[in-house]
Amino acid sequence: MKLDTNTINKIAKLARIKLSEQESKDLLKDMNSILDWVEQLNEVDTDKIEPLANISSSSLPKRKDQAEDINSSDEILQNSPDKLEGYFAVPKVVE
Amino acid sequence: MEFKSISELQSLLNDKKISVKEIADTYIKKIKEKKDLNIFIYFNEDKIYEQVKNIENFSNEKKLKAIPIAVKDLFCTKNMPTTAASKILENFHPTYESFVTQRLVDMGAMFVGKTNLDEFAMGSATNTSYFGNTINPLSEKDIPLAPGGSSGGSAAAVAADLCLGATGTDTGGSIRQPASLCGVVGIKPTYGLCSRWGIAAFASSLDQAGVFSKNVTDSSILLEEMAGYDQRDSTSSNVKIPNFSKELNADMSGKIIGIPKEYAVDGISDEINQVWEDAIKSLEKKGAIIKKISLPHTKYALPTYYIIAPAEASSNLARYDGVKYGFRADDSNSLDEMYELTRSEGFGKEVKRRILIGTYVLSAGYYDAYYIKAQKVRKLIANDFVNRFSECDFILTPTAPSAAFPLNEKQDDPIKMYLNDVFTVPASLAGIPGISIPYGSDKKGLPLGIQILGKHYNEQEIFNAAFALEKDYE
Repeated sequence: MKLDTNTINKIAKLARIKLSEQESKDLLKDMNSILDWVEQLNEVDTDKIEPLANISSSSLPKRKDQAEDINSSDEILQNSPDKLEGYFAVPKVVE
Repeated sequence: MEFKSISELQSLLNDKKISVKEIADTYIKKIKEKKDLNIFIYFNEDKIYEQVKNIENFSNEKKLKAIPIAVKDLFCTKNMPTTAASKILENFHPTYESFVTQRLVDMGAMFVGKTNLDEFAMGSATNTSYFGNTINPLSEKDIPLAPGGSSGGSAAAVAADLCLGATGTDTGGSIRQPASLCGVVGIKPTYGLCSRWGIAAFASSLDQAGVFSKNVTDSSILLEEMAGYDQRDSTSSNVKIPNFSKELNADMSGKIIGIPKEYAVDGISDEINQVWEDAIKSLEKKGAIIKKISLPHTKYALPTYYIIAPAEASSNLARYDGVKYGFRADDSNSLDEMYELTRSEGFGKEVKRRILIGTYVLSAGYYDAYYIKAQKVRKLIANDFVNRFSECDFILTPTAPSAAFPLNEKQDDPIKMYLNDVFTVPASLAGIPGISIPYGSDKKGLPLGIQILGKHYNEQEIFNAAFALEKDYE
């Protein structure tokens, strides 16, 4: 058992996901079994191996750093669940 | 009425034996008849007829004029909403078109609708969708089968003849595995060949767009139109895209085919091993040389994937916070509570599980032990392929460990579900292209798939081998 309920709740807090008690319990079981399963990677000798972050084998070209106007703020704001005078609105942060 | 290929439909159109509107009518009718299979998240006749008006003005030279295409609902489309099969993106209307779908639109394609998938492409059965399961069109009435996943809706749409081609994305097998389970052709090209711009991100170092179709030729036509350099995707490859369909060549003489011994895993049915054997023999008869090879790190591919993919997902899905678009939970008293409730109610179980695993393996104190370790093993897995491709032209394996399975069968145990991708994940980690084609069937008559893997940017080689094998069933 790698994780306990406290750790799950801490991770959930970091990920900004509220968990019910039942969800924490189920996730504890699933995540421990997944973490035990991935443990087998420790069998592999990876000394002197560089971590692989980008798999692309072609050279990646740079583009010119130019602004491109592809959509309007009105269109974008239409998708927002709450907006006010051209801004995204959220619950009050400062009293 | 059934059209068998893109070229057949194009000749009918060129000879004025069918109109663009009649094509739309035909497919709308088919889609309505198969409504119960829940293949589409979004289907709207009016949107199809709107396209008809534009397409009629296109020259017949346009390579995909009036070709009905289904789009996985992970691609942003401007004239249809995009949900990623998640409640959190319910009612999201993209303000732009993805690179891949724009290419198809420019070539005259007709989008018939947006297909169902596992939520944010996380799954292997199209059963984690907020919009319900998709049913495999090959199911018997009393036993509904899963279409595979995550691109299960797209594979099913082709299998049910609701389009001639469909877009998909493949992160660990999400094109190849459903293609196998639905009995259609599906290709995941080399990482970077198709732009990821405008595709809802799951695991960015693995995500790659591809296609489904009824036959190898149609996949080659669709891929050559979709692929290409895009400066808005920093990992898009600036390589010349060959004319795959024109270069198709079934001649296998002298080709060296690698058969990896590690893909003969325990618990795989005799039927699948038999089909694998049949495909090997067929290619040998066509003049190919069979070479037994070893990819020693194969067994570590799945655990490596299930660290890297959730890690990248936890980072990519941080953007869904209820502020700029999509769903927002009601009744929160603070900004933090709003985030927490939105993400709690907006994401499904599998997505939450992966975000939390990803958050854990990236967290302070565990980053080196899990994430960096997995990236190192990934390097070894990629090296296995590079080394073996110095002595063979392509690699032949089964696509999936089973034929289509009953809906919900594999839902309880996440690791058991992850095993669906055992044959497809290694190629994803290595970024190499892979194609699945239907080849043989099991006792119940359900199709099985054969996977062909090639070198980076060598889609032509695997198209050719698939083209050669396809002829066994003509």
